[in-house]
Amino acid sequence: MMGHTVRLAVLAVFVALSLGPFIYMLAFSVKSASEIFSGSLGLLPQSTEGLLNYPRALAAEPLLRYLLNGAIVCAGILIFQLLFAIPCAYAVAKLRFAGRSVVFGLVLFGLLIPIQATALPIYLGLAGVGLLDTYTSLIVPFVASAFGVFLFRQFIKTIPDELLDSARLDGCNEFSVVLRVVAPLTLPTATAFGIFSVVSHWNDLFWPLIVLRSPELNTPPLGILAFRSAEAGDRYGELMAGTVIITAPLVVAFLVAQRRFVEGLSLGALKG
Amino acid sequence: MTLPFVAGMVLFLVLPCIAVLGMAFTDWSLGAREFGFVGFQNFEVLFGDRTFRQSLGNTLIFAAIVTPVSVAIGLWLAVLVEASVRGRAFFRSALFLPVVSTTVAMAIVWEFLLHPTLGPVNTLFAALGLPRQGFLADADTVLVTLAMIGIWENAGYVMVLTLAGLKSIPSDLYDAGAIDGVDEGWSRFWAITFPMLGPTMVFVVIVSLLRSLRTFDTVAALTQGGPRGSSEVLLWTIYEEGFMFFRVGYAAALTVVFVVLLLVITFVKFRVLDRAVHYG
Repeated sequence: MMGHTVRLAVLAVFVALSLGPFIYMLAFSVKSASEIFSGSLGLLPQSTEGLLNYPRALAAEPLLRYLLNGAIVCAGILIFQLLFAIPCAYAVAKLRFAGRSVVFGLVLFGLLIPIQATALPIYLGLAGVGLLDTYTSLIVPFVASAFGVFLFRQFIKTIPDELLDSARLDGCNEFSVVLRVVAPLTLPTATAFGIFSVVSHWNDLFWPLIVLRSPELNTPPLGILAFRSAEAGDRYGELMAGTVIITAPLVVAFLVAQRRFVEGLSLGALKG
Repeated sequence: MTLPFVAGMVLFLVLPCIAVLGMAFTDWSLGAREFGFVGFQNFEVLFGDRTFRQSLGNTLIFAAIVTPVSVAIGLWLAVLVEASVRGRAFFRSALFLPVVSTTVAMAIVWEFLLHPTLGPVNTLFAALGLPRQGFLADADTVLVTLAMIGIWENAGYVMVLTLAGLKSIPSDLYDAGAIDGVDEGWSRFWAITFPMLGPTMVFVVIVSLLRSLRTFDTVAALTQGGPRGSSEVLLWTIYEEGFMFFRVGYAAALTVVFVVLLLVITFVKFRVLDRAVHYG
């Protein structure tokens, strides 16, 4: 019994540390400026005036537009990743063709190289074709996901050949085998990969910071940075309301599908 | 069927990699009329440069704090969470939340929490009679403060990866241990759990190391390398040289050094994964 009490006590301390910033973010997002400057530590606001932080934050900065940008970019990246990766993974896993080992070599090479390594030439290339500062520039460097091919190949290898053969006997060509038989079976892998991809690109700062200039294209991380500089540092209530709005979509999605998020993001460790 | 993927890889991976290697041996600067090959000059300048040495040093110190501390905490949390079914799902989710949430937004929350005058942490310090701290504003404490935020972010990740490893330990081992008198607490942990977790732990250490060497978001959002270069880290230096000062050749050389560092560590990871597959 003693052990259980200690376990709960230690876990409670770490949970408090882990959730502390979230709780304070929420608490200060509904506090008025005067209350924040008075330096109180209490979590509950003393007046309802602080609730105005939310409408004020939304009026000061197009935060919802930033969320929409995040959704457009993440959806764009994921759709192309799936479209490119699943057929390629199928070919590498199940078909014999010249250059198969070259393709798989490319996949392994891709797993090793992070975006930061290739950022400079990709930036210069996009500048050369006049595509900087567009949705395209945010999406296109990520459409060929080596990690995606790697994961889908692992899964597709476990699909029995008999299943594919019977589809072929029914008159399917290789493309409809992928579309009708393989793709639906990959759904669990696609979900895990999708969560990994969306979370990484939604949260990414490095690449958007490099290619974007126009504030209206800001992704959520860039948007909250822009809001902070515009606030010039003293309207903390509104700033906290802004961070609540920016973090809410992923946090809510996580609370709805906790197990899947944990699965998807653990997979990411394979990539490093 | 492989064509779109292969085309994407050639365009956004193979060609850029070749280009970076090439550029690292030039003195190209964006906007310059001409440039030429300069051999290893960029690398010579690099290793003599104070900023680079400080940046490399800071990055290694940051990783040397974040990796062991977050792995130790994460491992402890995993063992505690796994120990009983009660509250397991809640604890796992509560501790994992920092991993999911947008780093830049949470960095801004941390900046406020650690504010020298208004921040709740300093208010608490003052109430307890402790001296107020500058945290991110002070050259002496900035790197350690960023490392604490890094630990806050990484410990939950370590926990989840370790939980997966814990699940694969067969329960008969614990039964056998109980017969031999190793049946609870630390003795059980050191005799059975820790040795069985070996490959998982090496994997987790390397993943954490790679993540902390690539730290960028908190630095870009909170300190931009300051005060006076005391939080300069490699990725931030690459960003400054390449995308703020547009010294392309020099930034490419920096990138090459950075990637070589990551590759060495990644190769160790793949060897560990291979072994884990053979013996696991």
